[in-house]
Amino acid sequence: MKHHDFDVIVIGGGHAGAEAAHTAARAGAKTALVTLSLDNIGVMSCNPAIGGLGKGHLVREIDALGGVMGIAADRSGIQFRLLNRRKGPAVQGPRTQSDRKLYRAAMADLLGKTPNLAIIAGEVADFIAKDDNVSGVVLADGSEIRAKAVVLTTGTFLRGVIHIGDTRMAGGRMGDKPSVKLAERIDTFNLPLGRLKTGTPPRLDGRTINWESLETQPADDDPVMFSFLSHKPFVRQIACGITHTNEKTHAIIRDNLSRSAMYGGHIEGIGPRYCPSIEDKIVRFADKSSHQVFLEPEGLDDHTIYPNGISTSLPADVQQDYVRSMDGLENVSILQPGYAIEYDFVDPRALGPDLQVKAVKNLYFAGQINGTTGYEEAAAQGYVAGINAARCAMGQDAVIFSRRDSYIGVMIDDLVTRGVSEPYRMFTSRAEFRLSLRADNADQRLTPLGIALGTVGEARKHAFDTKMDQITACYAQLNTCQLTPSEGKKHGLNMNQDGQRRTAVELLAFPDIEFTDLEQIWPQLADHDLQVKQQINREAQYAAYIARQERDVLALKRDEAQTIPKDMNFMEIEGLSTELRQKLTKVQPRDLGQAGRIDGMTPAALTLILTKLRQYQRKSA
Amino acid sequence: MSAAAGDTIFAQASGTGRAGVSVIRVSGPDAFAICANHIDVLPKAGQFKLRYFQADGQNIDHLLVLTFRSPNSFTGEDVVELHCHGSPAVVKAILAVLTRYPQARPAEPGEFTRRALENNKLDLAQVEGLSDLINAETEAQRMQAVRIFSGQLGILVESWRQNLLRAAALIEVTIDFADEDVPVDVSPEVSALMAQVMKGLSTEIAGSYVAERVRNGFEVAIIGAPNAGKSTLLNTISGRDVAITSEVAGTTRDVIEVRMDVNGLPVTLLDTAGIRDSADEIEKVGVQRAIERAQQADLRVFLKSTLDEEPPFALSQDDISLLGKGDLHVAQDSTISGKSGDGVDRLLAQIAEILSARAANVGTATHLRHRHAMEAACEALDQARSVLDQNPASAEIAAEYLRYAIRKLDSLIGRVDVEMVLGEIFSQFCLGK
Ligand SMILES: Cc1cc2nc3c(=O)[nH]c(=O)nc-3n(C[C@H](O)[C@H](O)[C@H](O)COP(=O)(O)OP(=O)(O)OC[C@H]3O[C@@H](n4cnc5c(N)ncnc54)[C@H](O)[C@@H]3O)c2cc1C
Repeated sequence: MKHHDFDVIVIGGGHAGAEAAHTAARAGAKTALVTLSLDNIGVMSCNPAIGGLGKGHLVREIDALGGVMGIAADRSGIQFRLLNRRKGPAVQGPRTQSDRKLYRAAMADLLGKTPNLAIIAGEVADFIAKDDNVSGVVLADGSEIRAKAVVLTTGTFLRGVIHIGDTRMAGGRMGDKPSVKLAERIDTFNLPLGRLKTGTPPRLDGRTINWESLETQPADDDPVMFSFLSHKPFVRQIACGITHTNEKTHAIIRDNLSRSAMYGGHIEGIGPRYCPSIEDKIVRFADKSSHQVFLEPEGLDDHTIYPNGISTSLPADVQQDYVRSMDGLENVSILQPGYAIEYDFVDPRALGPDLQVKAVKNLYFAGQINGTTGYEEAAAQGYVAGINAARCAMGQDAVIFSRRDSYIGVMIDDLVTRGVSEPYRMFTSRAEFRLSLRADNADQRLTPLGIALGTVGEARKHAFDTKMDQITACYAQLNTCQLTPSEGKKHGLNMNQDGQRRTAVELLAFPDIEFTDLEQIWPQLADHDLQVKQQINREAQYAAYIARQERDVLALKRDEAQTIPKDMNFMEIEGLSTELRQKLTKVQPRDLGQAGRIDGMTPAALTLILTKLRQYQRKSA
Repeated sequence: MSAAAGDTIFAQASGTGRAGVSVIRVSGPDAFAICANHIDVLPKAGQFKLRYFQADGQNIDHLLVLTFRSPNSFTGEDVVELHCHGSPAVVKAILAVLTRYPQARPAEPGEFTRRALENNKLDLAQVEGLSDLINAETEAQRMQAVRIFSGQLGILVESWRQNLLRAAALIEVTIDFADEDVPVDVSPEVSALMAQVMKGLSTEIAGSYVAERVRNGFEVAIIGAPNAGKSTLLNTISGRDVAITSEVAGTTRDVIEVRMDVNGLPVTLLDTAGIRDSADEIEKVGVQRAIERAQQADLRVFLKSTLDEEPPFALSQDDISLLGKGDLHVAQDSTISGKSGDGVDRLLAQIAEILSARAANVGTATHLRHRHAMEAACEALDQARSVLDQNPASAEIAAEYLRYAIRKLDSLIGRVDVEMVLGEIFSQFCLGK
C-alpha cells in the first residue's frame, strides 16, 4: 500500500489554483495548495476587474457550481456594471472593478475556511513520477509531498521573460521569479509547448492626476452581483476617469517604435488580438487619431491607478512621455512601468476534456498554462481540473462539461479540440447555444450538478431549492391564467387576432408584453418575488428560439454518446486525408461530437469514423 | 454538420433519372405523421399497400407504400418508403410536397447510411463495404466544390461569404465588445449586406429550377384536339411505338411520356389526351389532367387540325404552333407530319434552340438539397433583417438567424466559424481597452 499525504496537490495559488484547490477539497478530497508565497493567493497580475461579456458568464457558472470567484468578486467589487444592459439577457455580462487588496483578502479568507484544504508556501521544483505516472511533488528545499493527483496552475511562470524596451529579465510577473526548474522537468514529459505573450500598462499615481479635467464613468445605479448568494455590494462604489490618447501621444509612440520590445524584434510569442498594446493600436489602426483610456482605481484606499487601454513594452522614459501627453495626466508619475511578458504554454490538445494530461497519468493542467488569458478563464478551468483531480483520486469517473450546458464546456472543448493560436479569451459568440447559456440561469443549469458533485454547500442548495420552488409555483399559476386575443385586446395587449387562447406564459413570449402587463389583468400574479418574475420573463423571451435549437442539442447529445476508444488508431483509417488523420491523432477526440468540430472535418469523414467505430466495437465485442 | 437526430429526412433512394420505379425514403420521427397527410390510411408497419399520394386535393401518383417502425427499418428509425412511378416529374412533385414540412428536410448524401450506422443497423460486411462508397461520395463532393468555386459563380459565392462574414462581425462586435469604442448601431449596414446576399440567393434559387431540368429533363407537351396527329408525331420522334395511336379520336387517355435526348438536353415529350369537350366522364378526367400537365410543362407544341384553330388555353411566348398531319396539306414551315416525317427535324431544332437558351441560365445548385438550403437561408436572413429593423436591441436574436443562415449555406460558401468572425472583427475594429 502506497502512502499518500494528500489526495490532491494543486501547484500555484492564482485564479486557477485557488478554484481548483477549493473545489477538490469541497468534493471531499484531502487537498494541499502549494504556492510560492501565501501572499500571492488571489493576486490579479493585471487589470483589477472581474467579469465582462462571456467572462461574466463564466464567473456565474463557477458560482453556480459552488466556486469562490464570484463571492470574492462581490466582496471586493467597487464598480459594478452590467454590460449590454439594454440588449437581451442572453448577452448581458456582469462586470466589476475590484479592490485588489480586498479581493486577495476575500480569497485568502474563503480558502482558509475550506475544510480538507492545507495551504503550503513553497516552490515546486519537481514531480515525483514513475513511468509517466505522477504521484506527488518535490519542493525546492527537497521535501516531498505525495498525492494521488496533481493539478498544475503556474500561469505565466514557466520560462517567463519580462520585456521593457530592450531590457529583458526572467520573471513570472513583475516582482516574481519564474519557475525554471519546474519548466525543465515538464520538458521531460515531451508535451507540445508554445510561446505566448501578453502585456500590462504602467501603473499611475492617482494623486498626480488632474481628475477635475476628466469625464467619469460611474457604477450602475442598481448593481448586479456575480454570486447567486449576494444581493448588494459589500463596499463603497466608485467612478472611473476617462481620458484619450491624441496626435501627440501617437507621434511619441511612432517615433520610438523601434525601442519597443515588440517592434524591436525582441519578442517571438504571439499576443492577443483583442488586447493589443498601444504600439499595436497605433501601427495597425494608423487612421485612428485617438483611443479611449479608462483610469481605474486599484482600490478604495489605494492611490494606484490602472490606465486601461495602453499596455506597452516601450522603455520606461518613453512611457512617461506618452502618458504625460494625455489630458489630465500632464504631471502624472508612474509607479511601475508597463511591460510585456513571454511565457511557455502547453498546447491544450495534449489534454483530455477533464483537463488531465493525456500522456501523463494523474496530472492535470489549468489556467494560463493552457494558452488562455484572463482570471475567469483560469478559474473556470480550475474548477474542472479540481473536480476531476479529486474524483480521480477518489476513484470516481471524470466529469465532462458539454457545449450544451455551459460556457465552461464551450471553452474546454475549444481548447482541447482546436488548440490555440493566440491567448484564448471567452466571448459570447463562441457559444452556439448562447440564448440558453445565460448568466441569469447559470444556477438552473449547473447548481444541480454542483450538488451532485459535492461542491455546493448547504446554504446555496437551500437558496437554489427555494428559488426553483418559487419559479415552479409561478409557472403553475401563469398557466392557469388564459385569455383569447379579443379579451387581450380589451386589456390593451397587442396580439394576433387569431382566435387562439393563450396562457400567461405564452403571452410573455410576445416582445411587447411584460410581466407587469399581466399583473394588470391578473392581480394575483403580483405577489410573486421580483427575481422570480424577472427570470420567467427572460425565459419566455427566448422560449421559441430555444425550442428551435432543441434539435441541434439532441443531435449533439447523440454524437456525444458515440464515444471513441482512447486507443483508436486514426492513422489507419483509409479514405481520410492525411491532414485529417494527423489532426485526429493529435486531438484523439473522446466522442463523435468532438471529432466533428475538428477543423476541416467533413460529413463523409465523420461517417467513415463512425464506420470504423462500429467495426471496432463488433470486433472487440 | 452532423446528422440532426430529431429531423425527419427524405430523398430519392434509387438513382435519379427515369426508371420503371423510383423509391422515395422518408426516415425519422415524423415520417408516419407527414406521409399520413398525403396517403389515405397508411399500411400497418411491415406491410405494403397500393395507395394514392395526394396533395392539395389532387392525386399525384398511384404508388406502393411500405412502412417500417423503429427499430425495424434500414435506418433504425420510423421509415416510410414510397415506390412511385419512375417519372422525374412525379418524384419531383412528391419531394416538393415533403419539402413543405418544417420538421423535414432533404437528406444529406450518405445520411440514411449514417443513421443506420448510428443505430447499429448494418452488419460488419455492410460496414466494411461502406468505405468505398464514402470515398466516392467524398470525391463527388470535392468535384462539386471545385465546380462551385471556379468561374463566375465562384466570384458570386465568395461575395456572399464575405458579406455574411462582415454582417456577422458587425453584429457580434456590438455584442461582445459593447464596452469598447465600437459603432453602436450597425443595423443599416448589416441589413444592406444581407439584402445583397438575399438577392443573389433568389437569383440562384430561380436558376436552380432550371438546373434541375437540365439534370432531370425538360418537359415538352404536345397538345391539340383529338386526332390532330399527336401520337403519330410522338412515335416518329421517338422511333418507338409507345403511344397508342389509332384513328379513333380520344384513344390517348392518359399522359404518355417519352424521354429522349435533344441536342444533348434530356427532354421528356408528353403526349396528352386529345383536348375536346366530352360527355364521357372518364375522358373528361383525362382531358382535365392533360390540360394541367401541359400547362406545367416547360414548353408546349400545339398541333392544329385547321389553320385558324385556337389553342385550348393561352400559350406562352416560346410555345410552338404547327399545323398537324402535314401530309394532308401543302408542306410549308408551319406544317408537320408524323406520318411522312416532314418538319420533324425542324421542330426538334426549334425545341433544342429554345431549351438550350433556358439551360444557359442554369444555376449551380442542382440538387433539391441545395435549393432547400438556399431557401432556408434566404428566409432566415429575411427574419434577421426584420428583427434588426424592428428592434435593433435584439441583436442576439438577429445574430441567431444569421448564424442559422450561414450554417445552411455551409455546403456552398464553406464553413464560417467563430474564429473567422473574430478575425474579421479584429481586423476591422481597434479593440482592447
Ligand atoms: C503582465 C500580465 C498581463 C496580463 N494582461 C491581461 C489582460 O490584459 N487581460 C486578461 O484577461 N488577462 C491578463 N493577464 C492574464 C491573467 O493575469 C492570467 O490569465 C490569470 O491570472 C491566470 O491565472 P492562473 O491561475 O493561470 O495563473 P496566475 O494567476 O499567474 O497564478 C500562478 C500562480 O502559480 C504560482 N506559482 C508559479 N510557479 C510556482 C511553483 N513552481 N511552485 C508553486 N507555485 C508556483 C504563482 O505564485 C502564482 O500564484 C495578464 C497577465 C500578466 C502576467
